[in-house]
Amino acid sequence: MKRLFSKQNRALLAELVRTDFKLRYQGSVLGYAWSLLRPLMLFVILYFVFVKVLKSGDGIPHFPVYLLLGIVIWNFFTEMTSQSLGSIVGRGDLIRKIKIPRWMIVFSSSISALINLGLNLIVVAIFMVLNHVPLMNTAVYLIPILFEVYVLALGCSLFLAAAYVKFRDLSYIWEVVLQAGFYLTPILYSVTIVHRVAYEKVLLLNPMAQAIQDARYAVVTHSPLNITTSRIFDNGWYMFVPFVAVVAALIIGLIYFRGQSKYFAENI
Amino acid sequence: MSDEVAIKINNVSKTFRLPHEKSGSIKNAFVNFYRRDKGFEIQKALKDVSFEIKKGEFFGIVGRNGSGKSTLLKMLAGIYLPTGGDIQINGKLTPFIELGVGFSPELTGRENVFLNGALLGFSRKEMQRMYKDIVEFAELERFMDQKLKNYSSGMQVRLAFSIAIRAQTDILVLDEVLAVGDANFQQKCIEYFYELKKRKQTVVLVTHDMGVVKDFCDRAVLIHDGVLRYEDSAPKVANEYAILNAPKQTERSSQGRRWGTGEIKITDSEMVYPSSKQTYYQPEDRIEVKLNLNIKKNVEDPIMGVTIKDIAGREIFVTNTKALDVKTGSLSAGDRAEITFTMQNVFNDGTYTVTPAIAEKDVGFFYDVIEDACRFKVLGWPFPTGIAQTPTTVKLTKTERGGRKKK
Repeated sequence: MKRLFSKQNRALLAELVRTDFKLRYQGSVLGYAWSLLRPLMLFVILYFVFVKVLKSGDGIPHFPVYLLLGIVIWNFFTEMTSQSLGSIVGRGDLIRKIKIPRWMIVFSSSISALINLGLNLIVVAIFMVLNHVPLMNTAVYLIPILFEVYVLALGCSLFLAAAYVKFRDLSYIWEVVLQAGFYLTPILYSVTIVHRVAYEKVLLLNPMAQAIQDARYAVVTHSPLNITTSRIFDNGWYMFVPFVAVVAALIIGLIYFRGQSKYFAENI
Repeated sequence: MSDEVAIKINNVSKTFRLPHEKSGSIKNAFVNFYRRDKGFEIQKALKDVSFEIKKGEFFGIVGRNGSGKSTLLKMLAGIYLPTGGDIQINGKLTPFIELGVGFSPELTGRENVFLNGALLGFSRKEMQRMYKDIVEFAELERFMDQKLKNYSSGMQVRLAFSIAIRAQTDILVLDEVLAVGDANFQQKCIEYFYELKKRKQTVVLVTHDMGVVKDFCDRAVLIHDGVLRYEDSAPKVANEYAILNAPKQTERSSQGRRWGTGEIKITDSEMVYPSSKQTYYQPEDRIEVKLNLNIKKNVEDPIMGVTIKDIAGREIFVTNTKALDVKTGSLSAGDRAEITFTMQNVFNDGTYTVTPAIAEKDVGFFYDVIEDACRFKVLGWPFPTGIAQTPTTVKLTKTERGGRKKK
């Protein structure tokens, strides 16, 4: 671990992240402001569609913020995995010319995604204030929950980035998987609209669903309408399935990436 | 591994699987799996190569295009893993497969300097300390806040090079990166090599410029078709390389065009140095060119001369027996002759080529001309600016306002 984060690697990581950020809003007039403006504008649209027009929410208190938090967490997962997917191939010029730790490239795009998550959370905080959501002391649990999402996304990212070197179809497949995942996860709708408990249980075994529901519970509302994984399984051992899945994703991702990274330079 | 050894290469081989059609899709992977069609070719880029590079050595790896030398280099750099054998490296190794790796056209010159520096293993603080020197050396002070895409390719190379030479490392590995750029840039490279050699830096240089190999490398290996063909002192390896390339008539050697009617043939032309160990001229040396001639037919008073050009091909100096008022007399078939031109070293630091020519007495036609038959280097002028150096004395006279001369 000490070797992984040596002085040189830290400098390189910082430089890669910095470059990433500079290039992202290259040529736009508002520049960095877009990292805040983009989520803000998206949220305004969602707010009008789901809260004002469709009036979904099913009686969940502070539904706008509840909705936003779910979207922010899901977007973080989407952004990090899809950016990491192409990161190794995209940095092929570096990989073929110099020896830098390969994982550094995936790691740097994950840091960019984390920074964006931070900015998005600022926007969520703004909406919390506007919606008069009381700050609960369970809000600190947001940190381990986000860590869990990060670990899951990192495992997926490592696997995807390494596999994409050989299978370029993966970017399209992953796009579809993410789209399906978005609707299979209770983000836009509340779990209660699924009327069979068995389905609800299956739905909440998904680590993303568990993380989003837990985050909402910790930050936005303790309402019984906000069904979390631990509640639906009544603290039975099934509630640990999502965590096992997260750890498994990381281990599989790491092992596969390690094995493949030796041949990145030849295969790109 | 003893402390003397910088790199030890043991029975290294490398095999590539080259797909016939890039099967970069899942469908192909499935189809190929069922058909049992391998869909790739095995290419053995390197076969069982072993050698050692000692600390402080300037080591050359030479070979033709596709010989496997770049593959070997990439394995030294840790970019490829050997299929068989192993490589032991003693110390920190910094490779330059290409100058300006990671340069991004959308970033400014300044931002690229820091990014490139980080890729070379410098921290931001270290880069901040070196930044001014880098920019000054690249002579790009005015352009640093412009995007890289607005730089000329020469400017980009200059910037990249001036970062690269800051690299502090135990072993420096250079690919033919330095073969780009104009004469001025090549001159800077040569100076850099000279400095590396002076400070006993361990360098591994991959090149097919035999001039550079002869001048700078202590030892070298010749790689041919993935096999280590020859390992010896640099001049011997360079010779072996020349022999290897000789049968290919279509390929032009480092010498240029040759023409003439052939009554007199230049059989050999070489530079004579003050001592046999020296491979370049220093300011105080005299430059000597020796030509060996073979006379095929009787000729009267031929004119013999040399033209000295710089690396860009500009004629710097021309002299001949007629201009020097030397009568060469009559020469008859079967004779041999040797002529030596000795001149003062007025040439600035750099690489020069010598074009010997033998002409008919009224310069009506040429008997034999070999363009760029040999080359030489000049190094060590304290103020190497401009093309020429000439002994100069200064006399300064000051006159005070009153008109009185001041002593």
